[in-house]
Amino acid sequence: MNFIGMLAHLGRTVMALLAAIGRITLFALNTVKHLFSPPFYGKELFAALVQIGWLSLPVVGLTAFFTGGALALQIYAGGARFNAESVVPSIVAIGMARELGPVLGGLMVAARVSSSIAAEIGTMKVTEQIDALVTLSTNPMKYLTLPRVLAATLAVPILVAVGDAIGIMGGYIVGTERLGFNAAAYLKNTVDFLTLADITSGMVKGAVFGFIVALMGCYFGMNSGRGAQGVGRATKSAVVTSSVMILAANYILTEAFFSA
Amino acid sequence: MISLSKVFKSFGPIDVLQGVDLSIERGKSMVIIGGSGTGKSVCLKCVLGLIKPDQGLITVDGQDVQTAEREAFLARFGMLFQGGALFDSLPVWQNVAFRLMRGSLKRPKEEARDIAIEKLRRVGLKPEVADKFPAELSGGMQKRVGLARAIAADPEIIFFDEPTTGLDPIMSGVINDLIREIVVEMGATAMTITHDMTSVRAIADDIAMLHNGVIQWTGPVADMDQSGDPYLDQFIHGRAEGPIEAVR
Repeated sequence: MNFIGMLAHLGRTVMALLAAIGRITLFALNTVKHLFSPPFYGKELFAALVQIGWLSLPVVGLTAFFTGGALALQIYAGGARFNAESVVPSIVAIGMARELGPVLGGLMVAARVSSSIAAEIGTMKVTEQIDALVTLSTNPMKYLTLPRVLAATLAVPILVAVGDAIGIMGGYIVGTERLGFNAAAYLKNTVDFLTLADITSGMVKGAVFGFIVALMGCYFGMNSGRGAQGVGRATKSAVVTSSVMILAANYILTEAFFSA
Repeated sequence: MISLSKVFKSFGPIDVLQGVDLSIERGKSMVIIGGSGTGKSVCLKCVLGLIKPDQGLITVDGQDVQTAEREAFLARFGMLFQGGALFDSLPVWQNVAFRLMRGSLKRPKEEARDIAIEKLRRVGLKPEVADKFPAELSGGMQKRVGLARAIAADPEIIFFDEPTTGLDPIMSGVINDLIREIVVEMGATAMTITHDMTSVRAIADDIAMLHNGVIQWTGPVADMDQSGDPYLDQFIHGRAEGPIEAVR
């Protein structure tokens, strides 16, 4: 490939990327716009809250529990080099609340929810159920997208908060049962060092990640190609894109909340 | 009356509709025939506003479908989709009463359920089917549920997209008879897409043949066998030889 050909290829890739960003932005704005105009589908919102929030609790809880335990072991081993083993409770708590709780929770929800939303809506598209909704005077953005995006934005922060508590508990169990910490001292250290800002920043991250996860699931589902391959591609794209966007958004939010 | 005037639609380099002109009189049953991929479904979806044509004008009772108020416009239509397009997550009765439980046609839940059961009975399904989910039904039953949903709100215009595809000949006959009875009984305008010549003869008042992106022939179904049009003759007799290429 000559130099001009490479430039043309690069140009096409950049243009395609910008076009995709534009389409996703318009999709997001269109979704948010429907928040302010009736009709609202309360039953669909409740079903999405159960599906996204309640049913994600086991996977988010288990992830947080094992991560909290592993974090306690790592901090203990690393802290031992500087005689700083006592920082385990505070670092586990701050690490879980600020960073690992929201990011791992967001990624687990991306894997579980974004994929299922994209597959469900993609299948509805290829089986003409989306067209059927339109012919039944029902706006698919209002009926399918808004309830899911709203439910994820509301449910993921709560999942993150619960995940933080379970993660800290994982660290506590490893700290007291395996590393020999005094239970009362561990809890006191955790409570003393953890601030409200640590918890709320994690929950704000959770809300943003929830929005991203559901939006990507709906966007790729609604734009799914034909047949099983099209739905498979939409599902994969939803998970990959939402995961990358969660990590990028996490960096931006961390800069915004904690940069000196 | 439904009117399509010089309607063009392309998908990338593929020109599907290349100037379709067609009129469907109020209360008539028009069947559009044509080979696979000739744009019959595109034509139908353009009328419903699901696909926007590149050029041309489509009107329903003189009103441009692109500028009509969507909910009021779509409330006049019922549609039976090729695969049924039933919502998997809802039981049968809620599929049928979908339109009656939301929007401007909303009714109390019990009333909507009663209407759904009555429409199910109209298409030959027992009330016990109402609480099943679509996945629990056979293909023919799903088609009937789709038909019940299409007529649930007593629409003025009903579209049928390949109503007998995938059904055995007996079930195809049942669906054809139901469509004809319902259209006559309701006085609705019907537009049907099919390849099935048995359906054409059972359902149609008029037929239109779509080929190469234009209406190749249109007229009353009674004139179909004496049209003298070589394209229509080849199609209705299913001949491999003729002006329509078998390999497309």
